[in-house]
Amino acid sequence: MMARYSIFSLARNALSYHQDWPAAWRDPAPKPSYQVVIIGGGGHGLATAYYLAKEHGITDVAVIERGWLGGGNTGRNTTVVRSNYLWDESAALYDFALKIWEGLSQELNFNVMFSQRGVVNLAHNQHDLRELSRRINANRLNGVDSEFLTPAEIKRMIPIIDVRAGGRYPVLGASLQRRGGTARHDALAWGYARAADARGVDIIQECPVEGFRIENGRVLGVETAKGFIGAAKVAIAVAGHSSVMATLAGFRMPVTSVPLQALVSEPVKPALDTVVMSNAIHAYISQSDKGEFVIGAGADKYVGYGQRGSLPVTEETLAAVCELFPSLRRMRMMRQWGGIVDTCPDASPILGKTPIDGLYINCGWGTGGFKSTPGAGWVYAYTIAKDEPHELNAPFSLDRFRTGYLVDEHGAAAVAH
Amino acid sequence: MLLIPCPYCGPRSEEEFSYGNEAHIPRPKQPDKLDDAEWAEYVFMRSNTKGVFLERWMHAQGCRRWFNVARDTVSYEILAVYEIGAPRPELELRRDV
Repeated sequence: MMARYSIFSLARNALSYHQDWPAAWRDPAPKPSYQVVIIGGGGHGLATAYYLAKEHGITDVAVIERGWLGGGNTGRNTTVVRSNYLWDESAALYDFALKIWEGLSQELNFNVMFSQRGVVNLAHNQHDLRELSRRINANRLNGVDSEFLTPAEIKRMIPIIDVRAGGRYPVLGASLQRRGGTARHDALAWGYARAADARGVDIIQECPVEGFRIENGRVLGVETAKGFIGAAKVAIAVAGHSSVMATLAGFRMPVTSVPLQALVSEPVKPALDTVVMSNAIHAYISQSDKGEFVIGAGADKYVGYGQRGSLPVTEETLAAVCELFPSLRRMRMMRQWGGIVDTCPDASPILGKTPIDGLYINCGWGTGGFKSTPGAGWVYAYTIAKDEPHELNAPFSLDRFRTGYLVDEHGAAAVAH
Repeated sequence: MLLIPCPYCGPRSEEEFSYGNEAHIPRPKQPDKLDDAEWAEYVFMRSNTKGVFLERWMHAQGCRRWFNVARDTVSYEILAVYEIGAPRPELELRRDV
């Protein structure tokens, strides 16, 4: 049974100078076989393990991770959480995730620092304005909160922004989702890991997958650096490396892996209490609780697995940020990195079954992986347990590329792809 | 940043180029004979290789000509540049995980 975190446990541990906190999860050696093996110990994989145990009573589960928990895209995103997607299918899935986010810290007994500080999406021209209005209306029809802001309202809300019509990027309006915001990305992985571990899930780190054992079109287990692990069901949740896994398993994927960049500035006093995103200029920005500006940039235009991203993308984003927020011009950046996102041709995820029996895949989230984590984990666990997709993820099958029923969120998703 | 050796103009910054993703995907010879799965394979499915990847680039702000590049998608090293229609270069295709 896991030790509960509370004000009392904090006080009790203060007496021993915080030296006696129990480990948040075990570090077991892999068993010869499991009912379910989940590949990928990021937010998605760990959330899936947690919901398999909690919702479906399947606790004979292992999460195997190539590196360390949350060391991939979970720890590399810009922590934005929102659900203002255009199409019904996307709005339903992302808003389902957002609703779980709202009670997640209490549920996991782990502070994921979810802060509903609002997400503002800017419009810089007439076309942006029309798209924005369309999306606001679509969101409201789907029960997703969304409202329009005039330039004066934007300026009142975000004093450091430059909305001048004579500026390089005039701000003509914006959408605001008040329920959106940010969260602590590591905490999401750690919270799910701790809660899954407490329900009996084995979390095995530094255990890269080297191949699949497949007979008669059915998966029997995975070959790993720590030996063969048998499994009745295997679930892939590896984001940028999905094509690598699919190649090992012998099927093809429609995804392209590219580094999506992010940067963090030196910490300064509070100046921005919301998230500002601009589709047109490939930039989104928020300020962390430590005072650092967290800036999201565009993705490279070519396939890449190097977790750094190219300089022209950094340059373009920072130039735009300096135009929109002139007071940040002297700001120095402390860190820059890239996370390998796998993007689908329709900028929507793939979440469901594969051509191989007992093998499931959750990938293709592109820029939307972090915010979707609780919802994706929930429906993925359902799909694995029942061997059929939940109605929320049924539209996001791999088969949609054959049927042509794409969920085209390009541009419409309020962020540049 | 990539320094891409355009076979017609010489080495230039990546910003001058457009990207055409995977090379060597031939257009179906008899499009009307293809079923949905074969169309999906042609239109959407990509190797997305981690390691040596054969891809198309176009020198958009130069000669505006397409050519093929063999590039390592982990180290970003450009290993070969060759004309459209030329056979695949003899390279050891690495597949890291």
